[in-house]
Amino acid sequence: MATRRELLFVGFAAATVLASGACGATAEKDEGGSGNAGGPATGLRIMVPNTPGGGYDTTARTAAKVLEDAKIATGVQVFNLPGAGGTVGLQRTVNEKGNGKLAMQMGLGVVGASYTSKSTATLTQTTPLAKLIEEAGAIVVPKDSPYRTIGDLVAAWRANPKGIAVGGGSSPGGPDHLLPMQLAKSVGIDPRQVNYVSYDGGGELLPAVLGGKVAFGASGFGEFLDQVEAGQIRVLAVTSAAPVAALRDVPTLKSSGIDLVFTNWRGIVAPPGISDADRKVWIDVLTRMHESEQWKAELTKRGWTDAFVTGDEFATFLTEQDRAVADLLKQLGLA
Amino acid sequence: MDNLGNLLDGFANVLTPMNLLIALLGVTIGTAVGVLPGIGPAMTVALLLPVTYGMEPAQAFIMFAGIFYGGMYGGSTTSILLNTPGESSSVITAIEGNRMAKAGRAAQALATAAIGSFVAGTIATLLLVVVTPPVVRFAVSLGAPDYFALMLLSFVAVTAVLGASRVRGFAALLIGLVIGTIGIDSVSGQQRLTLGVPQLADGIDVVVVAVGVFAVGEALWIAAHLRRRAAEVIPVGRPWMGRQDWQRSWKPWLRGTAYGFPFGALPAGGAEIPTFLSYATEKKLTKHPEEFGRGAIEGVAGPEAANNASAAGTLVPMLAIGLPTNATAAVMLAAFQQYGIQPGPLLFERESGLVWTLIASLFVGNLLLLVLNLPLAPAWARLLRIPRPYLYAGILFFASMGAYAVNAQPFDLFLLLVLGLLGFAMRRFGLPILPLIVGVVLGSRAELQGRRALQLSGGELTGLIGGWVSWTVYAVILVMLFWPLLGRFVIRPVRERLVNP
Repeated sequence: MATRRELLFVGFAAATVLASGACGATAEKDEGGSGNAGGPATGLRIMVPNTPGGGYDTTARTAAKVLEDAKIATGVQVFNLPGAGGTVGLQRTVNEKGNGKLAMQMGLGVVGASYTSKSTATLTQTTPLAKLIEEAGAIVVPKDSPYRTIGDLVAAWRANPKGIAVGGGSSPGGPDHLLPMQLAKSVGIDPRQVNYVSYDGGGELLPAVLGGKVAFGASGFGEFLDQVEAGQIRVLAVTSAAPVAALRDVPTLKSSGIDLVFTNWRGIVAPPGISDADRKVWIDVLTRMHESEQWKAELTKRGWTDAFVTGDEFATFLTEQDRAVADLLKQLGLA
Repeated sequence: MDNLGNLLDGFANVLTPMNLLIALLGVTIGTAVGVLPGIGPAMTVALLLPVTYGMEPAQAFIMFAGIFYGGMYGGSTTSILLNTPGESSSVITAIEGNRMAKAGRAAQALATAAIGSFVAGTIATLLLVVVTPPVVRFAVSLGAPDYFALMLLSFVAVTAVLGASRVRGFAALLIGLVIGTIGIDSVSGQQRLTLGVPQLADGIDVVVVAVGVFAVGEALWIAAHLRRRAAEVIPVGRPWMGRQDWQRSWKPWLRGTAYGFPFGALPAGGAEIPTFLSYATEKKLTKHPEEFGRGAIEGVAGPEAANNASAAGTLVPMLAIGLPTNATAAVMLAAFQQYGIQPGPLLFERESGLVWTLIASLFVGNLLLLVLNLPLAPAWARLLRIPRPYLYAGILFFASMGAYAVNAQPFDLFLLLVLGLLGFAMRRFGLPILPLIVGVVLGSRAELQGRRALQLSGGELTGLIGGWVSWTVYAVILVMLFWPLLGRFVIRPVRERLVNP
């Protein structure tokens, strides 16, 4: 039989582990609070509909940090509710009707996911607050690819849409899938003919492009910067309206004669039916954040492109995006 | 040896009292999160990112490296003691490890896991220093057909774990394959078997499956039999590994390392497949086949070495070309960016000091893990002497908390219970559990790679055959399949002729 001391020790060891685990599990607990006029806003919570470490998570946590550092808001809680490409979080946001303290970090990916996962909750039901940042997409090929310009590539693609495999780092409905599909549509290729190969994020896509497994890759330009610098990958075109500073010599699609502007953007929405006062608090807070030095520093450090619009302007943008994505995905039989 | 000099500089940076303390903190946190199912190293590093804003980059990475290795190791503890794998890569450990624990050899199982992790981690980190460029070139050259071939190899290899009854083994495998197909299909974007439940759209996490089927299933089983059978007293064995344990462990450690390191470096490799392959290999090569399924130390030593070696392998493409091959590496890359460091092919040149400090901290973290965990092994082993009702209540608590922690959704608790009932039913009807886990892990990946290969070739079947890697792997598969025939018609006659000329 074990002595009492031994059992105590075991109990202690188990308790230590349990306690440390418990810290992890409860670190995101609710902290209620109420807003007060004038001083820093309190009790704001931002839901991230993806896992920690992803793009939305980084954006939301950076925003929360800037809000704290610039004393715009205190006690901003960021919590994760991942699932179904963000639609689990979207459903929760829609269910929290009237909750003026909650906002959801989202972006183009959630728009697509709300259709591919046949969600009953849609982004048009939410209260749009602000679009924060955007990233231009890039059309890339390995260094020894026969395609020298986007024109070469499009000509070959038109001739044999099914034979040209395009790789992207998101599943169907995600930004990297929407980009080549919209590109195909703009150059007169039936999107249904496009041979899109989905990879699990940039980590899997990059070797597929480097190893020449796909004819070309489509993703955010940030995924490829270092490889471009090292001469392993060539960027044929960026998809933003203006050229990207980090890729000065690369033409845009527009300047190459293709009528398409496509960016992967991230923004923040609130539940439906929140009061005008609450909406104003959020928009004020986000506007002040956008004007802060700290936010500008973060944009530079992380290579994000500022794309700040708020309120009704963002609402119009969101509606347009929603419709374009819905049309495309319906045509592909995904919505 | 330029690298050696750099590495020594790295050690000089790590071996300050403050950095050692941070490394110790890292491995402690890592072990703790490894122990708890559901909270993985990736999530921990992500949640700790804001905390490290105030630290020097080198210190933050020392801590992350500790968490990463600690997490890989920590998963084994609960696998062995409580039959509750903390990470998907320690599922295999639960099979033999928990049997060993029930036979009073928990201390030995924990020790071989700890020492094996240390050995594998150290060798793999050394490999990281020496062979990075060729490994990366190799990893990038692999495509979907090669991965598909590797998945097929894993499938063939794990038929070795189907158990005594092939029919039951295959039934369990099929259940696993079905569970693996749940979710949005990443090729076509269509939902499969989600029954309109949005929480199922991402599929079921393999940790939730493993914890449900192993831990909750077992708890239900014990609860159902608690009154009928007198409690068996788990004997208390010797606290340390004996001479025979060492003899039986060192080869599996090395073989596990050989499996784990390259798989970790592959963009679609992962830590689970090398543990499967290692287990299958040890089962084949052991001199004590009768012990497999009843607690064979080789079945713990090999897979545990494999998962730690794969953790080091993961860092190869991450440091060399900025390629994250698993979630933890992806979060660590995000951390690089937080310090304004662009990871990628130029990282070694631009941030040489930081990289070598990170590598040195891996060695140190590894050593700290051993120092921290080895003396604890006999103490942990006594955990099993807690009276069973309390012990299993604790297990259920752990399992539920872990399942809940993954997504913070009550639905996952319901899922856990359903899977627990499945585990209970499987025990009742004698279905082995390991093939089910294998099906969940491998099935969806093999399908994805196979379809990707066919997509890339435009639907031509020849697309399934890629470079020399896939040829080699298919050759190995053929040899494995026809080995019994070869044995009967070629090898045995030759041997007999040699013995009786």
